[in-house]
Amino acid sequence: MNPGVLTIYRWELRKLRAQKRTYLGLGAAAIVPIIFVVALVTQGGQPNDVAFGRYLHDTGLAVPLVLLLFGSVWMFPLITALVAGDIVAAEDRHDTLKTILTRSVERQQVFAGKALATFTYAVLVIAITGAVALVAGILASGFNSIVSLSGTRVSATEGLGLVGLSLFFYLVPILAIASIGLLLSTVFRNSAAAIVGTLMFSLLVQLIGILPGLGALHPYLLSTQFSAWQGFLRSPIDWTPVIRALWVCALYAAPALFVAILVFLRRDVAGD
Amino acid sequence: MPDTSPIEVRGLVKRYGDLVAVDQVDLTVEAGDVFGYLGPNGAGKTTSLRMMLGLIRPSAGTVRLFGRDPQLSVKALEGVAGFVEAPSFYPYLSGRENLRLFAALDGGEAAARIEESLATVGLADRAKDRVGGYSHGMRQRLGIAAALLREPRLLMLDEPATGLDPGGMRDMRDLIRQLSASGMTVLLSSHLLAEVEELCNRVAIVRSGRVAYQGSLAELRAQAGESYRLRSPDEERARAVAGAQPGIADVTAEDGGTRFAARDEEAVGALSLALTEAGVPILELARRHATLEDLFFSLTEGDTVVETRRASADGGDPTAPAPVEAA
Repeated sequence: MNPGVLTIYRWELRKLRAQKRTYLGLGAAAIVPIIFVVALVTQGGQPNDVAFGRYLHDTGLAVPLVLLLFGSVWMFPLITALVAGDIVAAEDRHDTLKTILTRSVERQQVFAGKALATFTYAVLVIAITGAVALVAGILASGFNSIVSLSGTRVSATEGLGLVGLSLFFYLVPILAIASIGLLLSTVFRNSAAAIVGTLMFSLLVQLIGILPGLGALHPYLLSTQFSAWQGFLRSPIDWTPVIRALWVCALYAAPALFVAILVFLRRDVAGD
Repeated sequence: MPDTSPIEVRGLVKRYGDLVAVDQVDLTVEAGDVFGYLGPNGAGKTTSLRMMLGLIRPSAGTVRLFGRDPQLSVKALEGVAGFVEAPSFYPYLSGRENLRLFAALDGGEAAARIEESLATVGLADRAKDRVGGYSHGMRQRLGIAAALLREPRLLMLDEPATGLDPGGMRDMRDLIRQLSASGMTVLLSSHLLAEVEELCNRVAIVRSGRVAYQGSLAELRAQAGESYRLRSPDEERARAVAGAQPGIADVTAEDGGTRFAARDEEAVGALSLALTEAGVPILELARRHATLEDLFFSLTEGDTVVETRRASADGGDPTAPAPVEAA
């Protein structure tokens, strides 16, 4: 029996586990919330102009939410790109594409395994940040109720559920970024270029968002989707940004993945 | 699949813009061959191998491995293994871990052959070390081990002994001989004539992307034909006379004498008379068999020896450069 995508996926995860950059990304995902909470406790102030910023001292539930907003500027795109931008290009760096493509797996299977491993890593990044932020936040500010964006008070347990849901939904734009990272990794064949390129893309989209006169584009920018989860923190839940995020992110991710696969299937695996 | 050759390449072409890296290559490797793909660096050997393994797309032509097209699916690589250029691995994994990965991608019983393959190439005691710390020779051997996991009927090796020290080269050649004796068909690319001479029964000699000769080494040796050597106290006049003589071609100076090709023995006889008439003493006039090496160089460097021989045999103008055709 020939091996399939699952075999490749398992080995891609194993390769990620053997590489420093993976731990660099996951480590950053864990350390940033800790630094944030330590600063919060020692400095005493709070960012009042950010959603949930003013509740940071009232409840630990606010910590992951504020981090999601801060992290969307460059932290999460960068951590995601660290692996997404490398996972195909690394094969070029080590010249190993020729090695694995002369075994018994098809190119599309290799790509699918890599994409799945990248997404798994991205999920892990958000899960780690969320978990560490929650624990650190609750230790620092307590497990208390939180005031939703509509001004209603939500109990701590219900709030925890909404935070979990928000973290989960945050994956939608993150996976779109990961897809773009995969595309650039495949096209550039150079991980530094792909990582920087992914980050630049993410920053450029944000730049478009603040340019005057382009306000009409705002709802359709990838950067906007990083705050779509806020729809969950309204009562009743505002589904408009949530649903829009789903299709807008798909519009970014699907063509990126499609082009990446085409390039990967058709490319010549030559020396340099 | 009976009755299908391990490798059948027809009209294979690879163009990179204006550069033609591989130009109309036809190759047939039969079961049991140790086939030498011989040519200088840059002759397009690696590019051809990559096309045969489905790594790059041909601009034209076809490749069949046991009758199957590697461009369509890796299924064509069933029973086929090898490497192009230096074999490559994940440096952050150990040798054994690399093989485990490849075996997983091979499926089937490949994983059960890991230890045996490591032992065959003599890497068992270093298999737990990261490949990042391996020497070039160890990587070459790990490359063979990786190929053996697939239990190949056809082994394709690109310059396997390149960069190895003399001991490593000898071991590598012994290994290839041993694998071939166990029934594997081997395609071996090399730029070293001695290596091919030592290991291969059939060869294709390539030059700038084209096959200049294909056949058995014995036939090639027989074809190498002969040239003549002339020695005289007055070399310059001897060469002038020889150059003006009909049926004599390719008059060149070589250390301490003159070399030329003759249409036939009569032409040589006529030359000796002409030299005597011109008052040029003959110290030596002898037939000389071309070595395989001469032939290799003439085939790969565009020397006119072979062309001239052919052209004069055809009665054509011996100085006109004729293209080298596949034999």
